Amino acid sequence: MQGLLRGLVYGGLIITVLMTATAWGMWLERKLAARMQSRIGPNVVGKFGLLQPVADLMKLLQKEEIYPIGADRLLFDLAPFLVTTFAIATAAVVPFSADAVGADLDVGILWVLALGGLMVIPVWMAGWASNNKFALIGGMRAVAQSISYGVPLVLTSLVAVVFTGTMSLSGMVKFQIAHGWLALWPPGPGVIAFLLFYMALLAESNRIPFDIPEAESELVAGITTEYTGMKFGLLYVGEYVHTMVGSAIAAVIFLGGWDGPFHIASGLHWMVIKTVALFASVYWVRWSLLRFRSDQLMRLCWVYLVPLSVGLVIFAALWRHFVLS
Amino acid sequence: MLSTQLGYVSILTVLIVVAIMGAAILVLNSLIGPKRPSPVKQSSFECGSDPISSARQRFNVKFYLVAIFFIVFDIESVFLYPWAGMFRDLLVEPGVGLMTLVEMFIFIGILGGGLAYVWRRGALDWE
Repeated sequence: MQGLLRGLVYGGLIITVLMTATAWGMWLERKLAARMQSRIGPNVVGKFGLLQPVADLMKLLQKEEIYPIGADRLLFDLAPFLVTTFAIATAAVVPFSADAVGADLDVGILWVLALGGLMVIPVWMAGWASNNKFALIGGMRAVAQSISYGVPLVLTSLVAVVFTGTMSLSGMVKFQIAHGWLALWPPGPGVIAFLLFYMALLAESNRIPFDIPEAESELVAGITTEYTGMKFGLLYVGEYVHTMVGSAIAAVIFLGGWDGPFHIASGLHWMVIKTVALFASVYWVRWSLLRFRSDQLMRLCWVYLVPLSVGLVIFAALWRHFVLS
Repeated sequence: MLSTQLGYVSILTVLIVVAIMGAAILVLNSLIGPKRPSPVKQSSFECGSDPISSARQRFNVKFYLVAIFFIVFDIESVFLYPWAGMFRDLLVEPGVGLMTLVEMFIFIGILGGGLAYVWRRGALDWE
């Protein structure tokens, strides 16, 4: 009974915190983008435009639901719902500090990767159900890209599992508190694995330079082309939550989670700082780079990233065997 | 209840609460939003022209190939996870550590061989 209560409380907390964080993450992104383009960004609704996310939500709720002719209504409705559900459910296992863990699973990393892999299904549902050629092509590209970059994502996480010898996310942080952050120690493979993970994360959440699935100059808006109102909103939120949770996971498995630099003032705030920094850097990259072509994406993934991450796994195993033991 | 089961309770809770919230938002939207459908509004967007044909068309077979690669490589790398989880404990036992290492290298070698084969057959050349 106590477990059920705890589960309820943590479950509710995670969703509240995550939705709030995502709403103001969007605000942060728009402000950053504006700064980088010498604009001011949202500044009308509330002080510094801080109430902009609330206004957006209100507006989207009042919009008409349009079903395109020939759309598969069930899948069309189900897709945004599933995108958000999967994205938020990933966050359940993220350890924000030693105590603030929703679900401290023994196989936390597996849960994250599995749900990340599952995300392609609603994305393809949205692309197929819209009965729109842009959405179809966008969905197809998104799926091809997400599953391709899923492989280096899984392999670079495996590097962390080999080093730490545990699949539990909080176990990984505890290992890093004892032995140093994976991105820093051992020097070399850790930081390469971190960068590969970060790239694969950008690609999996369809962010520039890997945003060919929603390249607005050729595909209008990809899978979201036909979506209106809150269904569009949920697809959008799902994408943001995916990026934010991905940043949190990267912070946990490579940057020491809630551990402060040199163990100074370890706690929840370090996890928040690392996550927000990674999240902001995703948007920094977004507003700085151009996008790759589809063929370049596939080549980069299968010819460079996959062999490199396999090599990293081998190196990690050797290091573990000959140096750490 | 065992402490290891607590996590799954939280996950189940998160899933249920998120599902209810998502459904509520969608229902609210359809209750509040106006409903004035028209053939023009509902026609699928093709930059303003009339849609030419159904969007359910055939697409490049390369996408199918990518899906097959994914299944092969992703499942193989998932098989590596239990090994990675046990590796630290197995290393302590004399003799077993090296054996696990070599066995895993054979497994990764087959994976790498598969990738090299796919690459040489030109399946990764996306044009």
